[in-house]
Amino acid sequence: MKPILDIRGVSKFYGSFQALDRIDLTVAEGEVVVVVGPSGSGKSTLIRCVNLLERYDTGDIHVDGIRVETGRNLAAVRSEVGMVFQNFNLFPHMTVLRNVALPPMRLRGLSREAAEARARHLLDRVGIGAQADKHPAQLSGGQQQRVAIARALAMEPKVLLFDEPTSALDPEMVGEVLDVVQSLARTGVTMIVVTHEMGFARRVADRVIFMEAGRILEEATPDAFFTAPREERTRAFLHSVLNH
Amino acid sequence: MDIVDTFFNLAVLRDSLPLLLMGLGTTLGLGLTSIALGLLGGLAIALARLYGPRPLTWLAVAYIDLFRAIPILVLLIITYYALPFVGIRLSPFAAATTALSMVSASYAAEIFRAGIQAVPRGQFEASQALGFRSWWMMIDIILPQAVRIVIPPLTSNCINVMKDTALASVVAMPDLLKQATQAQALAANPTPLIGAAAIYILLLLPLVRAVGTLENHLAKGRR
Repeated sequence: MKPILDIRGVSKFYGSFQALDRIDLTVAEGEVVVVVGPSGSGKSTLIRCVNLLERYDTGDIHVDGIRVETGRNLAAVRSEVGMVFQNFNLFPHMTVLRNVALPPMRLRGLSREAAEARARHLLDRVGIGAQADKHPAQLSGGQQQRVAIARALAMEPKVLLFDEPTSALDPEMVGEVLDVVQSLARTGVTMIVVTHEMGFARRVADRVIFMEAGRILEEATPDAFFTAPREERTRAFLHSVLNH
Repeated sequence: MDIVDTFFNLAVLRDSLPLLLMGLGTTLGLGLTSIALGLLGGLAIALARLYGPRPLTWLAVAYIDLFRAIPILVLLIITYYALPFVGIRLSPFAAATTALSMVSASYAAEIFRAGIQAVPRGQFEASQALGFRSWWMMIDIILPQAVRIVIPPLTSNCINVMKDTALASVVAMPDLLKQATQAQALAANPTPLIGAAAIYILLLLPLVRAVGTLENHLAKGRR
């Protein structure tokens, strides 16, 4: 399969602190990559470099053959890369429907009718169809995050980035969001998911990546990763997150 | 002569009312024009200050500082009495509008800046991640939220502009205050001045009250 995302030798510094240390990662079209690791290991920084919410200092990132850099390429890259944030970041002054319909109207030139039809379809798909005319603040966290997923999908991205999509949710709402993410995985969209949900990683990932201190320490299929991790650090991490 | 006849003389008030209402019309025209220009200018300066290239940022900062430091009356007298010496001869209305809106823009710029900076970072990031270009991000996402946050201070600023229109009477602008002083001279009675004061209060008190209500409302509604 051809790579949709190609990360080569990417490093990132905050002053003298190195957040990313020569990361290499290639993701094939349709692949679901789950990134795990301790807090501060650079997981979020890495996926935020893919759509240039963070600048990287060295190396190259290509999305579908387009180099990720400021300037003319950036809009093209961003319109192919969707992102779901930890804190949803829905637009609070708009209805749920408009949150999902506005981006393709503005950025893909869809008519209002076409954009709203697409939005309603997507909201139905994530189980929020009945709430389309409410404002985000009237929804639960889990519902808001599902709207955020619909908003990202409305742009028909080739790559979807999830930045700890369940970390800000009450425990009883984690399941409904992960179910939606899992159902997307089966549709063949390329996804990179940063998460602390190990059960989800095991069920949904094609490949699991373990990061620590800005490096990729280990990558493996979920079965191999969870049953026979190679690195001592991975074993220690899994031990601490799976036994509490 | 008792106090009622002196300050609340109904006959004098009735005679001076047409003059006062004409003055009110001028005051409103001057005030609303200056408010609109001040808001537009303030927004443009705030955006230049926040997102402009370096020299433009400095220019915006200099403008904001300068026009917040200068007394409006001084600026007004300069625009009306000093500029003609370099060939710029403004009508009283143009001079007053210029002075009021230039000062108002400097305050509005700081208010807009505070509002834009109060919009959570995540809103910028979500817009950028979706691919919004700067202009649409500002128009669709950031400014509607920023303006909502700063409606109370923005309204206060508008009230100040409306009050400061009274300064225009010094450049022979026939505004409410000027008409009142003329009516007072004509009638040899200060009732028109009291009438003018009452009109200013009637005009602005609801707005002042609205700011208070809005502030409470926003403080409660914030999540």
